[in-house]
This record gives sequence, C-alpha cells and structure tokens, in this order.
Amino acid sequence: MNWLKKSASDTQLTHGDRLWLYIIATIVMLLLVIPTLIVMPMSFSDSQYLEFPPSNWSMRWYYEYFESSKWMRATVTSIQVGTLTMLLATPMGVMAAYALFVSGHRASKLLFAFLITPMIVPVILIAIGVFYSYGRVGLNNTIFGLVLAHAVLAAPLVMIVITSALRNYDLNQERVARSLGATRIKAFFVITLPQIKFSVVTSALLAFLTSFDEVIISIFVSGGSNATLTKHMFAALRDFIDPTIAAISTIMILVSTTLLLATQYISSREK
Amino acid sequence: MSIQSNNLKTESSTALPIHVQDLTKKYGEMFALDSVNLDVKSGEFLTLLGPSGSGKTTLLMAIAGFNRPDSGSIRFGDEEVILKPPHKRDVGMVFQSYALFPHMTVAENIAFPLKLRGVSAAETAERVATALKTVQLDGLGDRDIEQLSGGQKQRVALARAFVFRPRILLMDEPLSALDKKLREQMQIELKHLHEQLGVTTVYVTHDQREALTMSDRIVVINKGQLTQIGTPNDIYNHPANAFVADFIGESTMLPLTHDGSGSLYFEDNLIKTNYKTSDAKEWSLVIRPERLTVVKDGQYDPEKTIVFSGVIREFIFQGETAFAMMSVNDKYTLSFRFGTDASSWQNALKPGDLISLGLNRSDVIVIPGGREL
Repeated sequence: MNWLKKSASDTQLTHGDRLWLYIIATIVMLLLVIPTLIVMPMSFSDSQYLEFPPSNWSMRWYYEYFESSKWMRATVTSIQVGTLTMLLATPMGVMAAYALFVSGHRASKLLFAFLITPMIVPVILIAIGVFYSYGRVGLNNTIFGLVLAHAVLAAPLVMIVITSALRNYDLNQERVARSLGATRIKAFFVITLPQIKFSVVTSALLAFLTSFDEVIISIFVSGGSNATLTKHMFAALRDFIDPTIAAISTIMILVSTTLLLATQYISSREK
Repeated sequence: MSIQSNNLKTESSTALPIHVQDLTKKYGEMFALDSVNLDVKSGEFLTLLGPSGSGKTTLLMAIAGFNRPDSGSIRFGDEEVILKPPHKRDVGMVFQSYALFPHMTVAENIAFPLKLRGVSAAETAERVATALKTVQLDGLGDRDIEQLSGGQKQRVALARAFVFRPRILLMDEPLSALDKKLREQMQIELKHLHEQLGVTTVYVTHDQREALTMSDRIVVINKGQLTQIGTPNDIYNHPANAFVADFIGESTMLPLTHDGSGSLYFEDNLIKTNYKTSDAKEWSLVIRPERLTVVKDGQYDPEKTIVFSGVIREFIFQGETAFAMMSVNDKYTLSFRFGTDASSWQNALKPGDLISLGLNRSDVIVIPGGREL
C-alpha cells in the first residue's frame, strides 16, 4: 500500500487522504455510465423482448436493423441532416464568434448571450415554435427545415468552442499579417484559421452530434420519408418494444463516443 | 553581439517622412489624441514616450492604419494615407508580443511579406537569408517558433518587419517582454540596425531610459497631447514643464519666487533663465540628483554654485550609484546621487550627518508652472 502514502499533488495530501474522493468519483461515474451501458448486453439478446441480463445471446437484432429498409432510410436521413447541420452551423458559428470577439463593441457581450439562448431555452419550446412557424411556410417534414432548426441548436456550441479558442490566440498576429500586406480576409484564412483549426473541427463534430442525437425537434418537424433515426426509435419504444432499439442504441453510443473522444483528442492537439 | 553590416543599404528602401496633422481620436468623452501635430523626418528614429493611457499606442496604431482617427490627416511623404487600409500602407510593424506565426518556421515567417508581394522563390530565399544574417540568426531558418528564446523571437519579428523594405518601421514596445540585460543589449542593436537600414522609425515605449538610449528625437506624450519634442539631451536637460521633468529622470522640484522686476529667485540666489518671466505666474527649479555634489565650506565659488545645507535622512546603496535624501530645515527634501567608487568619501555618509550640497549654476533647470501641472 505504498501508493496510498505518495503525495497526490503539489500539496501535502497523499492518495490515502484522497481515497474518499476517489470512491465518490467512481460511484458518480458508474451512475452516469451504467444506464447507458446496460443496453449493450440487451442488444445481443435472443429474446423477443428487452431483457436484462439476456438468457440467450445472438446478433439477430443487428441483422434486423441492417436489413430493415425503414431503419436504413431513417439512418441515412439522420446522417444527411447531421452533415448538413454541421456544414451550416460551423461557418455560421465561427463567423459569429470571430466577429463578436474582434469587435470589442459594448453590445457584443449582449449579442453573444442572445445568440446562445437556444442552449438555455428548453428545446421543447423551440420545437413548438419551429413547428408552428414551419406550418405557415411549409417546411415541416423537409430535410431543409430540420437542418435549419438543428443549426439553431448547434451554432451556439460552435460559438462557445471558437470563442474560447480565440481567447488563447494573439490577435496581433492578424494585425501583423495585415501590416505585412495581407488583406483582412487573407489574414484570417492564412494566419488565424490554421491556428484554431482543431477547434473548428471539434465544433463541427459537436454540431454533427447535436443534430444526430436530437429527438425533440425531430419528433415535431421531421416525418414521412424524412423522419430521423431518433424519431423512429422514439416511436418504436412507444409502440412495440423489441431489442432492435437496443442494437441501434449500441451503435449510436459507439458513434457518439467515438466522435466525442475524437473531439477530445483533437482539442488536446491544439494546446 | 552587434549587427553586422552586409550591404544593408540595398536592404533598405527610400525612407519617407510622416506628417501628422490635427489628429484627433475620442473614446467616449476622453481624448486619446487631442489634435496632434507631428512631423517625423525621413530616416529618423523617433520615440513616442509617455505613461500608459497617454495616447502613444493610439497614435502608432493610427499611423499603422489599425484605428481610424475622428479627424485629421496622416501623410507618408506627399501621400495622404488616412483612408488606406493597413495592408496598403507598406509599413513594417513589430509588436510587444512578437506576434510570430507559430504554424510557420522562422524562414516562412520572414518570407510571409515577400510571398504576398509575389517575390520569386529564389529572391525570397536570398532575402530571407540576408535578413536572418542581419539579425544574427544565420542558419536558424528551419526552426519552429517554439524553439526560440525571447530574444531570438524578437529578432525574427524584426527581420520579418524590414525584409520587404518598408518605407516606415513602427514598433510598439518591442523589448518590454525581455529581461533587463537582454533589453539593454537589444536597444543598442536596434539602434545600429536603424542606422544601417536608414528607414523612418517610430518607436513606442514607456521606458524613459530606452527612449533616451535609442532615439534621434523623443516625443513626450501625455493625455493625448504632445508635451515636448526634442533630442534626448533637450528633453533631459531642458524639460518643457513639470510633467516632462518628472517623467524623465529623477528630479526635485522647488518653487521659485518672482520679484517685481521679473527676476526669479531661489531663496537668496538669483536664478537666470532664457524664459520671459512674464509668461507664467509660477516658476520652478528642477534639480537632477546626480548634478548635486557634496561641498565643503570655503571650497566652492559662490558665483558659480548654489549651496544647500541640511541633514541626511536616507542613504541607499544601489550598486553603481548611491542615492541619498537631505532635508533642508525640514522645509523640503533634496535627492542626490553619487558614484560608489572606493575613493569616494561620500560613501561614509550616514543618516543624521550635516552636509552641504552644491549645484553648478550651469546645471540649473527652470520650468514654468509648479509640480501639480
């Protein structure tokens, strides 16, 4: 038990003194993760119903998912919407973050707060608002409408990530570039952007995930052949519970976790 | 470590004078620049010296094109530039933070302005190599920026600023991030570099010693106004007012009395001045601490020397000089400085000693106004 007597930080605390913290932290982590992980074994069950722990193992629900044209179409829709949301929200968020950061205008803080309200307002309110507005202009059940609504949710994330990247960046570099003969746009693309590129990629992945994981707006706004994976899953849970859901969940967890780990890795490169 | 002269004149361009007229910039109700007029001569090293918030950086940024003044004119030679964006002004610029591009190598940083100007690859390589040599970084072109020391970074920033032969070089406190020794060494190097490039240079600093060391002329700036323009010698020995006397060097300021006939007196001493004494109500005597010497009774010429007698209150050894304060009849305190060589008997002074200090009449500085100017 030598390890318990080693100092845990620059202070005099040893790992032994901190044991209680480690225990609490472990419990908290388990509580956070177990409900997510529990679907994984359930997805490999042979049973007709969701069952934990499964009595027999099989891959049948994965075949069920990959062989169903309904699920596949929904998956393609989700990936399409996620990608388009990413392509729309990333440049928008980067531009807004840059403009507000550089301007230094008194109103820019206020404007920033205003632009990130979609993160604070309950999504259900946005969904209801979007649904009725789209009803007027005929955007319900369209990919374009869903992408717009998802971009509203994703842009604030992009703004937050990019703003914090700009805080660690010396804007004088752009000034120098301009004094050396670069136009403002050129200075941004040649000097600033390469230095915040990892944050831009991170924010783009987060924008994709925001859309890919989103349920509430999708339930209201998407439908028919343009229904997303999450909408179908929600409907399937309500109507008939079979382990296909667990199989899809497992795949989604893997995709999301991979993307999140990727963002963590990428942002650590930038330091 | 001095800048080598390797056909640097070909590296330089035709220097341009800068004419600043009635330049005004307001931030809210505060004047950052209050109708400033300034002529920077062609090829001159001019320093803007002032406390923080004095407007010196605002003026520099206006010349560079990074802020738009509310009114006034800036001309490079005959050309009005006030509406020109920074990238069309052709000025080299060096920032305090160096602002090197960390995603490029040393050589790529220096080549940046050449690339933007469409200089051929062969000529770019040659000019980058010459620039690197000029700042004594030969062979370091392939280094990453992170691998450089603070002093090296500053040299790269310099090389990048002059490699495209700008007509004007602007520097915003470029040395203030360096430690004292390196800073003093770089001051001399910069001075030599300027002599060899011959480019019109405007330098901003709050460090009076740096300004005195490097400049052809110094502009003392305070609250958005130019307080005095002159050579380092002028500024130090003939400060225009209490602010300049106080900001540059150490000084003791004592009020003078004005008799009916227009003569100025300090106690019983008639103080001569070139000023017309009717121009101001109040006048002050400025005494530089190092101009005072300890005198003994009967060993000075009262025609040439003004003598102050008092008690030593404070005595502080500071290395190359010692600093002491003498109280005169508890009415005012004089600071003085002297060398600390072993033979100096002043080294034996201690608080409580009674001494007399002499000020040569030719070292007398008179300024209009009082301390609270």
